[in-house]
Amino acid sequence: MELPRHWRLQNQRYGLVGEVCDQCGVKLFPPRDVCPSCAEPAHEQYTFSGRGQVYSHSTVYSAPAGYEEYAPYTVALVKLDEGPMLTAQLTDLGDQEPEIGMPVEMVTRRLRAEGEQGMIVYGYKFRPVMSQGS
Amino acid sequence: MRDVSVIGIGQTKVGEHWTTSLRHLAWEAIHAALADAGTEAVEAVYVGNMLAGALSRQQHLGALIVDFAGLRGVEAVTVEAADASGGAALRQAVLAVRSGAAEVVLVVGVEKVTDMVGASGTTAQVAAADADHEAVHGVTSAALGALLMRRYMHENGVELADMAGFSVNAHANAVGNPYAMFRRPLKASSFVKGSMVADPVNLFDSAPAGDGAAAVVLCPTEMAKDMVPSPVRVAASSLVTDAPALHDRADPLVLAAANTAAGRAYHAAGVVPGDIDLLELHDSFTVFAALQLEAAGFAQRGEGWTLAKNGDIGPQGRIPISTCGGLKARGDVGGGTGVYQAVEVVQQLRGAAGDCQVPNARRGMTLNVGGSGGTAVVHILESIE
Ligand SMILES: [Zn+2]
Repeated sequence: MELPRHWRLQNQRYGLVGEVCDQCGVKLFPPRDVCPSCAEPAHEQYTFSGRGQVYSHSTVYSAPAGYEEYAPYTVALVKLDEGPMLTAQLTDLGDQEPEIGMPVEMVTRRLRAEGEQGMIVYGYKFRPVMSQGS
Repeated sequence: MRDVSVIGIGQTKVGEHWTTSLRHLAWEAIHAALADAGTEAVEAVYVGNMLAGALSRQQHLGALIVDFAGLRGVEAVTVEAADASGGAALRQAVLAVRSGAAEVVLVVGVEKVTDMVGASGTTAQVAAADADHEAVHGVTSAALGALLMRRYMHENGVELADMAGFSVNAHANAVGNPYAMFRRPLKASSFVKGSMVADPVNLFDSAPAGDGAAAVVLCPTEMAKDMVPSPVRVAASSLVTDAPALHDRADPLVLAAANTAAGRAYHAAGVVPGDIDLLELHDSFTVFAALQLEAAGFAQRGEGWTLAKNGDIGPQGRIPISTCGGLKARGDVGGGTGVYQAVEVVQQLRGAAGDCQVPNARRGMTLNVGGSGGTAVVHILESIE
């Protein structure tokens, strides 16, 4: 069980809460408190819109421990509209094939069930952006 | 700073050594390297390992290995930098001899992946990635390779079949290496039909994990000339880091750490890429080989794949790579990889690589990469006139 670890990360996992660099204004996700661009402190919280585009994707057939029951599943690098890139699963694809450049939006889903007690770890995944006005 | 040379090498066959323990594998390589060097007067041992804590429930390999190898009492410590652990351990040994802190130093890279079966190997390997922001999403090492590969193919108009040359070359070279895990050729037509691991990375695109150990003995070049007939000089050693998470890199398709490490090594050795006779790179996936050829200055961005397609990477080519099979066919020895690479280059420079021999090899380079690019270690080795 890694309860403390998942609890500690819940703000970023549920709300896509990152940071803005005090010095150069670059937006950071995941939050890291020190800006990798200018090495200055980055303390101001910033909530991302959760919108972005698929930079690359892969379907995992050979899964690590704890994820076997979900395989095959699709993972992606998502470039957020505000700049940073993150790693996440794609979900709710239905019949759609994932594609590079596909617009996606963040949703909160179960990432895995952990341990005998079945603690469920929730976090962000991304789904295709629903078409407007339908 | 003192000039440093390699005076002894040893290695075990890479494979599934069900009946041999981690410490025993390490001892075999150490024993062979010390016999090759003709000395037992080792003052320090650096161990390169990545997975023993997870897969063998064994840490503290420094004391464990020297004790088992009959070197009880000798200074020994593990150096860890994921898949680049072996190269990082070699660098620490080079620094120890250069600085004058020790005369004869041994490096052993060892990995034991068959102590556990099932998904545990995949799980342990992905610890090289960012656990909180990559692995938690179910990403594997192969998936990270696949994310790079799909983007690489997309940006550069590359088809899966265009990458076959890397695996075909590795397998062809491994046929001549008695220490390789898979000593059989691979046809380009089979490459595209491998069962899928993480789309578009298939079985023939990814390196198989194997058990194995390799060792290298170093001492000052001055001393080396009196000890062995053909010492090999360490002309350059460099280690550079980058963000461990793929998504945190400025441009994921540029291995910046490898680029900087190679640049520093060329500068230190006073050479340019064209002076390198062979390159042992970290071909855990074909896209890695392509990206590393680009990072090390053998191809422009997005053009590394053309070297495989044009036959430039074969033993007679412009820049021979994976000359003893590489990770793809010699086997992926995890944290031991960097030491295997050094052993293979030394064999080549001694003219003792047998059926794997690259003609007139005088200067070879190793490029050992940790995780998806978070650490890169480069060594340039030269035969002494
Ligand atoms: Zn900044």
